[in-house]
Amino acid sequence: MKTEKDEPSDRPSRGGATAERPEEGRCACVGDHVLLEAPGPADGPRHGFLRSIYATADITHLQSGLPQYSYLHTMGSIQDLLDRDLQREKDGFPRKIRIARLIRPVKGGKDKVVVVPTTIEEKFYHDARIPEQQESNRSGGSGDGQEGEVVGEEPIHREQGAGSNGPGQGEGAQHEIQASLYDLGRILSNKFRLPNLKNKGKKRALKKYTYDLTDLNRGSGQVLDKKATLRRIIETNIVLERVPDVTAIDPSQLLVSPEDHVYRVFSKEKDYESQALVFFMRDYSGSMSGEPTELVVAQHVMIYSWLLYQYEGLVETRFILHDTEAREAPDFYTYHNLSIAGGTRIESAYRMINEIVEARNLDRDYNIYVFQGTDGDDWDSSGEKTIPEMRKTLRYANRIGITIACGQSAEGLTTTFEKYLSGLKAEFPDKLKIDVINGDAQEARLIEGMRHLIALSEGKRTWS
Amino acid sequence: MELISQHAKAIMEGCKKRACDAGLKFQTETLEYIVTNKDLIDLGPKNMIPTLYDYWVHDVELLKDKGTYELFPYNPYETVINTRPAISFYNDNNPDWLNVAIFYHVLAHIDFFQNNLFYRHTWDEDFTGQALSDKRTIAMLHAEKGRWVDYVIEFTRGIDNLVDYYSLMSEINRPEILKSTKRLDYYFDVFLQTIKKVSLTEYLKELDRYNDTVSQYGTGAESIFFAKVTKSYPEFAAMFEKKKKTERETRRDIIRFVEDHSSFLRKEENKWMTTVMEIVRKTSLYFQPQIRTKIMNEGWASYWHERLFLRDDRIKGNEIGYARVNAKITSLPRVGLNPYALGLRLFSYIEDMADKGRLSFDFQRLANINARETFDTKTGNGLDTLFWIRENMNDFMFINTFVDQDFVNKHKIFVAERRPNMEKGVWEYYIKSRNAEAYRKMLLDSLYHPPSIRVDEEKSQEGVLYLNHRFEGKQLVQEYIPNTMLGIEYLWGAPVKLETTEFVADGQPDAAEGSYYSGAGEKDHEQTYQARRVLYKMEKKELSKTLL
Repeated sequence: MKTEKDEPSDRPSRGGATAERPEEGRCACVGDHVLLEAPGPADGPRHGFLRSIYATADITHLQSGLPQYSYLHTMGSIQDLLDRDLQREKDGFPRKIRIARLIRPVKGGKDKVVVVPTTIEEKFYHDARIPEQQESNRSGGSGDGQEGEVVGEEPIHREQGAGSNGPGQGEGAQHEIQASLYDLGRILSNKFRLPNLKNKGKKRALKKYTYDLTDLNRGSGQVLDKKATLRRIIETNIVLERVPDVTAIDPSQLLVSPEDHVYRVFSKEKDYESQALVFFMRDYSGSMSGEPTELVVAQHVMIYSWLLYQYEGLVETRFILHDTEAREAPDFYTYHNLSIAGGTRIESAYRMINEIVEARNLDRDYNIYVFQGTDGDDWDSSGEKTIPEMRKTLRYANRIGITIACGQSAEGLTTTFEKYLSGLKAEFPDKLKIDVINGDAQEARLIEGMRHLIALSEGKRTWS
Repeated sequence: MELISQHAKAIMEGCKKRACDAGLKFQTETLEYIVTNKDLIDLGPKNMIPTLYDYWVHDVELLKDKGTYELFPYNPYETVINTRPAISFYNDNNPDWLNVAIFYHVLAHIDFFQNNLFYRHTWDEDFTGQALSDKRTIAMLHAEKGRWVDYVIEFTRGIDNLVDYYSLMSEINRPEILKSTKRLDYYFDVFLQTIKKVSLTEYLKELDRYNDTVSQYGTGAESIFFAKVTKSYPEFAAMFEKKKKTERETRRDIIRFVEDHSSFLRKEENKWMTTVMEIVRKTSLYFQPQIRTKIMNEGWASYWHERLFLRDDRIKGNEIGYARVNAKITSLPRVGLNPYALGLRLFSYIEDMADKGRLSFDFQRLANINARETFDTKTGNGLDTLFWIRENMNDFMFINTFVDQDFVNKHKIFVAERRPNMEKGVWEYYIKSRNAEAYRKMLLDSLYHPPSIRVDEEKSQEGVLYLNHRFEGKQLVQEYIPNTMLGIEYLWGAPVKLETTEFVADGQPDAAEGSYYSGAGEKDHEQTYQARRVLYKMEKKELSKTLL
């Protein structure tokens, strides 16, 4: 309805309707195993497939009168929503607010990702999904062709080249995601009571304040700056022509105004020296398709949002994708969307991180965090190449948080990656955190995992 | 919101006249409003009813996507709402010629609302007025009870798809002659025979007496007849009342049942909750026909806007613009379903069939393909047939009756399916079948169909509410069961049980296979499932599940 649109791509723009408007949005619940579906191009074969007949309505179909708005327009405020949700818990009912990513495709491929709070109305419904998955993949069609003939194809995951996001509008989209992620961070921090890093001691504080007597203030303050005050007095007296000869000043003749007193005052200085640098890396190989990617990306969205909120954007982030080779994504948006088919070499990503860090000596100035998402599959089955790279990373990194998202079929098994990591994990219990989640993990589970990955003080968390 | 301009209203009135002349029947008073985007934001979640009660979930974007659309067959909102007088909404930037088309579309919707028998229960009410009163009631209760009103709305909405709409339909549309005989049936079939165990002669005597009364007094006979019955059997009235009450209990309307029998709601301090529940229930009933006639309703409206627009003399010079817009509304997509296109095609097809007398046994038994093609008895009653269908059918009947192989062939429609091709990394869309049977099944499967869940009174012992789900090949969405049952338990005030069927996996899939190929159409480790009856029990907010 609001997010679903059903109209052909080249609808004539009449009466001021803009041509550049989102065609269709889909959202998927974070942690729910409903696929996050980036809809195909509006005129592609994918268009309309599997859309329920109830998804079209006159107001959208006939008049194209779909308003563009986000949850911000409809809700009182996020805070009200969160308060209500908290109240539910107190009243003994489960919470109801979930977080969803809404992909709003825009013509020209500059899709927007918007994070919205959402909810579902639970009822007794028929479940069309399992086990007859075939059935739910069925819809109607028309035109020529024999039975069995393929009438269209569409990439399972659309690759969106990093370069396609040019300046100009691309920037705007990026801003939008940042803004909505900031909101998400707020929701996460409030709702799920995630650890607040500021309280965790100075050692790892990413945003440090120093208090210094650096600022000057006339008239009042903590400490009188004698030199500055004297200079001020002289200036005033020169102006008043009470100093006939600057080489021989008679202090007893000087007039002293209260305004001439210059004091030093305490001021809060942001200390950028202990900034944080966060690497997000994930496997985008073929084996990750479907649920593992969903889960990893969902969790990284949350970690990223939370960091944005916690550090008010002061945190620096780098995004790395790898299959057999690593590549860097320019922004979270690309990182979030990109997918490809290929093999898996985790070592490549760690090598890239090490190269980035070493090239600019980043480890000297930054606290470095690495969050990795994988399905636990690695071609390097014994870890002989990966472990040295990771060891290198662990030398300077404050934390490596690894999310292993298993496909449902691999549940309960120890993955290759996990196996060869066990030694390393024992060696660096503080620095290396692993969270294994199952394919059907829910939002709450993801947040629990996230808590584990970012938990700062050791020994205080029961789940470690 | 403001009314449309006098200029546009004049166009509308012209459309009305032409539509009535063409045979559409509707109340001629209508209201048309211009809506801005801001209005739409408020109206959308409320299914375009401006006066619908307030509920906080309306304020949050509801989760909707491909998967959940199947699960959440939203009440489709229309440009026009079914109330008296009918209200419709328009963009303020539609050019006149487009308004003409939209007006016809809207008028056909109004005609459909006001003539289709599945809407019978909405005919006598001004729904927006009713909704406004409900909205005020809820606002008042909200001021008094706070968030608890929201909980009651939420929990009642959790079962508002189980309102037993068809029983209501059956009651309303039952012929007059059958309606009054419940008492007679009970008297002659049950009371005399099984309770009083009267002799055959006495029974026949009583029957004669009834027939005599009817022939003597006509329509008023029944009450006269029963006046005597009450004298000879003073207990009859009480027993009949009791019978009526138990009859209501067997209904499948779970909201009603809870209202009537919940120990929790019976408490003085909770009585207000039934008011809220009843509002939710009635609102749901109001929307039931709309969602059950989506394809017909849109097809009917598309059929008429096309038919009437092309004959309208006021739109000269805009044929091309119209053709473009119309094609987009009513074209059959290469893959996917479009209710506008499908309904329109089907109505046109039926009209053609009826015109040629093909909706007849003579045609059906004809096997010769050439004879079938040329068969034409020139009955010319196509339009009458359409009006009859518009009055008496819903989506299920419409599709089930009229989607046949000729129709499928004529429009080259097919069942499309998609499968992943991992080598190419693409979804492939292919033609699954051009068989009418398969196409009909696919369509019927996509129709709104809430589960059939009724209260099993025999098993509802010791205050427990026992719900029995009749399995129709699909299990319930398991994720939603806990919270739905939690809500029912709250309203019921005692444990709730739900008997349903679920697919339980037979053995484990080959785990070493990894996730890469799973679901990729590979058949080597296909999981098999078995349908098993299971019993859920919600007690003190704890859910347990046992296999039966």
